[in-house]
Amino acid sequence: MDMKSLYLLVPLAPLAGAIVAGLFCRVIPRWLAHTATILGVAVAFITSIVIFQDVLAGNSFNGTVYQWLASGEYKFEVGFLIDKLTVTMMLVVTSVSLMVHLYTIGYMQEDPGYNRFFSYISLFTFSMLMLVMSNNFMQLFFGWEAVGLVSYLLIGFWYTRPTAIFANMKAFLVNRVGDFGFILGIGLVLAHFGSLDYATVFAKAPELANKTINIWGSADWSLMTVACICLFIGAMGKSAQVPLHVWLPDSMEGPTPISALIHAATMVTAGIFMVARMSPLFELSDTALSFVLVIGATTALFMGFLGIIQNDIKRVVAYSTLSQLGYMTVALGASAYSVAIFHLMTHAFFKALLFLGAGSVIIGMHHDQDMRNMGGLRKYMPITWITSLIGSLALIGTPFFAGFYSKDSIIEAVALSNIAGAKYAYFAVMAGVFITAFYSFRMYFLVFHGEERFGKAHHDHHGDHEDEEPADDHHHGLAPGQKPHESPWVVTVPLIALAIPSVIIGYIAIEPMLFGDYFKGVIHVNEEAHPVMEALHHHFHGAVAMALHAVTTPVFWLAFSGVALSWFFYMKRPDIPAAIKARFSGIYTLLDNKYYFDKFNEVVFAGGARLLGRGLWKGGDVALIDGLLVNGSARLVGAIASVVRFFQSGYIYHYAFTMIIGVFVLLTLWFNRA
Amino acid sequence: MLENYFPILLFILVGIAIGVLPIVLGWLIAPNRPDAEKLSPYECGFEAFEDARMKFDVRYYLIAILFILFDLEIAFLFPWATIFKEIVNTEAVKWFGFAEMMVFIAILVVGYIYAWVKGALEWE
Amino acid sequence: MLTNFVIPDLLPAAPELFILAMACVILIVDLFVKSKARTLTFALTQLTLVGCAAITYMTSTGEITYTFSNMFVDDLMADLLKLFLDLTVIVVLFYARGYIAERVSMAKGEFYVLVLLATLGMMVMISANHLLTLYLGLEMMSLSVYAMVALNRDSTQATEAAMKYFVLGALASGLLLYGISMVYGATGTLEITQVAQALAQGAVNKTILVFGLVFLVAGIAFKLGVVPFHMWIPDVYHGAPTPVTLFIASAPKLAAFAMVIRLLVNGLFFLAPDWQQMLMILAVLSMAIGNLAAIAQTNIKRMLAYSAISHMGFMLLGMVSGVVGGDARFALNAYSSSMFYMVAYVITSVAGFGMILLLARAGFEADSLDDFKGLNKRSPWFASMMMVVMLSMAGIPFFVGFFAKFAVLQAVVAAGYMWLAIAAVLFSLIGAFYYLRVVKLMYFDAPLDETPIAAGFDTKLLLSANGLAVALLGLFPQTLMYLCAVALVRSL
Repeated sequence: MDMKSLYLLVPLAPLAGAIVAGLFCRVIPRWLAHTATILGVAVAFITSIVIFQDVLAGNSFNGTVYQWLASGEYKFEVGFLIDKLTVTMMLVVTSVSLMVHLYTIGYMQEDPGYNRFFSYISLFTFSMLMLVMSNNFMQLFFGWEAVGLVSYLLIGFWYTRPTAIFANMKAFLVNRVGDFGFILGIGLVLAHFGSLDYATVFAKAPELANKTINIWGSADWSLMTVACICLFIGAMGKSAQVPLHVWLPDSMEGPTPISALIHAATMVTAGIFMVARMSPLFELSDTALSFVLVIGATTALFMGFLGIIQNDIKRVVAYSTLSQLGYMTVALGASAYSVAIFHLMTHAFFKALLFLGAGSVIIGMHHDQDMRNMGGLRKYMPITWITSLIGSLALIGTPFFAGFYSKDSIIEAVALSNIAGAKYAYFAVMAGVFITAFYSFRMYFLVFHGEERFGKAHHDHHGDHEDEEPADDHHHGLAPGQKPHESPWVVTVPLIALAIPSVIIGYIAIEPMLFGDYFKGVIHVNEEAHPVMEALHHHFHGAVAMALHAVTTPVFWLAFSGVALSWFFYMKRPDIPAAIKARFSGIYTLLDNKYYFDKFNEVVFAGGARLLGRGLWKGGDVALIDGLLVNGSARLVGAIASVVRFFQSGYIYHYAFTMIIGVFVLLTLWFNRA
Repeated sequence: MLENYFPILLFILVGIAIGVLPIVLGWLIAPNRPDAEKLSPYECGFEAFEDARMKFDVRYYLIAILFILFDLEIAFLFPWATIFKEIVNTEAVKWFGFAEMMVFIAILVVGYIYAWVKGALEWE
Repeated sequence: MLTNFVIPDLLPAAPELFILAMACVILIVDLFVKSKARTLTFALTQLTLVGCAAITYMTSTGEITYTFSNMFVDDLMADLLKLFLDLTVIVVLFYARGYIAERVSMAKGEFYVLVLLATLGMMVMISANHLLTLYLGLEMMSLSVYAMVALNRDSTQATEAAMKYFVLGALASGLLLYGISMVYGATGTLEITQVAQALAQGAVNKTILVFGLVFLVAGIAFKLGVVPFHMWIPDVYHGAPTPVTLFIASAPKLAAFAMVIRLLVNGLFFLAPDWQQMLMILAVLSMAIGNLAAIAQTNIKRMLAYSAISHMGFMLLGMVSGVVGGDARFALNAYSSSMFYMVAYVITSVAGFGMILLLARAGFEADSLDDFKGLNKRSPWFASMMMVVMLSMAGIPFFVGFFAKFAVLQAVVAAGYMWLAIAAVLFSLIGAFYYLRVVKLMYFDAPLDETPIAAGFDTKLLLSANGLAVALLGLFPQTLMYLCAVALVRSL
């Protein structure tokens, strides 16, 4: 097989699985659905490894697979760009997806939508692969929308729950806002570059660096800045950056495997990937980079705070995801694209691990997600416990773990950056380290250590999220006296498989990815204007040295104190958090309401939209459209139809007469000319 | 010039003779015993004077259609017949000229068989 | 005298000769078939069509070959159209078979023979290089089709439809013949290529020629069924038995397209500015009346009939955009967009009428719009196939109908007729209403009858393939577009 067919095989194998499981979901048995989809993803994974080897050997590919249509000089094509960035993403996507597929067998065991679920996640894998493998903006956009669609379907997977429907509607609407910016950006690119092909656009970018455009009035806007910010708004929607982050916590309404796959490891990182891919454009606009940096820093810090007060185990992980996405965005803003991708990769593994660990806990707790009902699970679920501990350690940046290398590099990169907003970002990511450690270990201690709070016949978790928590049959919890027990092997094997890279991948990959020439020719950094990577390289003396050196840095001690404080609060003196909560109820309320983003959106945007909608409905729709256009045109059509019917009398001589009239009219018209 | 038309004159004369002669002979030789039926004009079994929009048997149509079809098709044989000798004497088109007409007739035969087996040739 | 005679080369006409011979054989064989199902007749007919397609493919040289004293031409466009034609007829017969076998008055071998003879007529039309050959093919096709419409003698609707079709068809043939005689009078020849030559040399009586052109356009317009020569279409589509409607709505359109190319492009290209304007009037009228009248229909056959009128109008837009101010640069592109439109329409229309046949069963016609209510509950698969067909006809992206419309509109815009493109889009929008209404009926209404779909496995399979073809050709239209373009480039 030549390489091109291999490239095709990667996305098509999961698609085939999705088609089998999806089209025949009502007729085929469960084992066939999961075998077909897992087979498809496994093929994609193995093929990705083969392609990875090939790319490491120095080959790359940029070509069209199929020309879909050509309109004038614009061509719309399906094509692949296979380079190191792509192949990294392919490996991450297919490996995590494979683990999640396996895990799903255990997690969804009792669910009636088993086959449908497998079809969706395979379809997602296909879409995500098309997104990352694309060599043009159009296919990127299609993949972008397709992953959005599957995410929407999966958030609302339990479509009988009103909360799930609310959540997927929210995700859908918020993403529309981002996509609007995204498509504007693509439109700008097409209008000014005359092509949608990456290579062409990037080659032309330097010439257009100083081009200005008129949006309104007489002010000149830098084309690059406007285009990059528009594109980044798309990334903000997909990668859940403030203020478009509101959908991600609610997306936890979906089943846990997809929280791991879509809302932690892969789809939400599409925005990060996209910006890294567009590095030749972003490098040309310092304004856009500052914008990216500030948004990322804000997300990293303020979303971390929210993680502290959550009681739903999945929501804690969700806010941690938001915060970590903020870190990646910060790295992008600091021109450290390779660091962002590096963190993306390590994060994919340990965050998927944490989510699947949380899922395993949820299985053990019989779908009770409230951490206040857990505690002391260490004894009952040893594998889940140890793997979750590994995940948490990786997340907070313990030296030698994967997260340490990527996160530390980000912090250093920000420290070295000199663009506007870098000071603020540095403060934010430093504070974020402490917060991350605190909430991660708060969760860890509440779940795995301390008093065993489960099995009490209360179930009065009508706490703070009464209306947002899963309401019906999925909220069983353990019966009194019942003990949780370890999950089946299909659940624990992926946990172990993900734990391994969570520990070692940073150590292995940091040198080639960040400082070697792994991304050479793929990611473009303007070395003169943004010398961050070079300076970073200067400070780097090998992975081991970096880890040993860490003990002397404030970053390490911040993380350590976060862990220590959480131990003190939640193991030693559980009365303190309650006291703090009472004392600082103002701050607590602010956090509990998530900075009132949702309220604001509901009142201003949703309310405003409703108001506008009502106005348009009454004035525009009922009066103008229904009254004049619809009914009017219907009446017009009816009138014309009755005229036609009058002529279509059924009498043969009328018909013949019409024909002859036609001939006469034509003859008369042309008699004048001839 | 004019003598070229002599055969036509002959044709006309013979035609008139064939038309007139039987009537004259009948008048001279045949016994003459008229009755009402014999005096009425011959109209293929129909009344001579009645409403033209009357119903008549659909079987006439079949016969008429078949007659017209075969009659017209046979007309193609005449031009072929006129140059038949030439066809036979020209080596290049000898077999082609023959086969062509045989194919034509074969197609007619197919139609004939069809009409026959379908029962179009039977009055009852 | 005979020394000048050249024995005609029979090879270019081999497909026609084969189909003729087989039609004769089948006519005789069928006389001795006693079974009601006519399996043998059916099988032989299908084999004939497959053989004909194979011969067409194998004898295709890609060159333009004349034979029978230049009365007959075999070129790539003819070969391609004949292949599509054979394929269409094969599919049509598969769909039609179940329906015919269930109805005593139609279960006759003649149906198959008539189909073959009509197909032969169309093939002769496609390959005509002489006005009389064209007329011969046209009449051969028409007479067979008249008989097919009337095949169900016991149905008053069908006989009425056949009567109308016959009388109006005769009128149209008369107009066409009149036009032919005028062209002959003006140019002194009936051979299409020589007509073109005579026009190029000038010195022809323009008045007679243009009058002849009007009559020729009228004859063509009748065959295509465009306004105001469309009146037979709704009545015949509605009245004819559904399999016959399926046949009339598909295969003859291909032949009619060939007729347009042979007469107007091959023969009277010199008069393009004139006939383009005539066709433009007809096209706009067709799109308007076809789309508007379709909305008022309750019978789906009738609705599709009006839809066919509007589609033919749309197809003509491509023919209209060939020559702009004496500049024929875009002509090939424009004509190939029309050809693509025609082929795409035939594929879609076959699937659409096939769906009616799928739902029909003994004593039940399924030709009312209400019969499609709740189809999704009865068979989600075929509901989705019907949806694909309807969306494709409406011209919604990623189905073949969209690309057909897109290609034609591109040609129209390239020719500079912006207003025409806008009008076409507006009428298509109106048209989308009645196509989407069918989708709405299938998915949102409760079924009136819950009987499971009774059609045979072959019909189901083929119909699925047909529906998928409509969808897949929308994703991969390039090959077909390329074929159409190459066929025209190599033939004109």
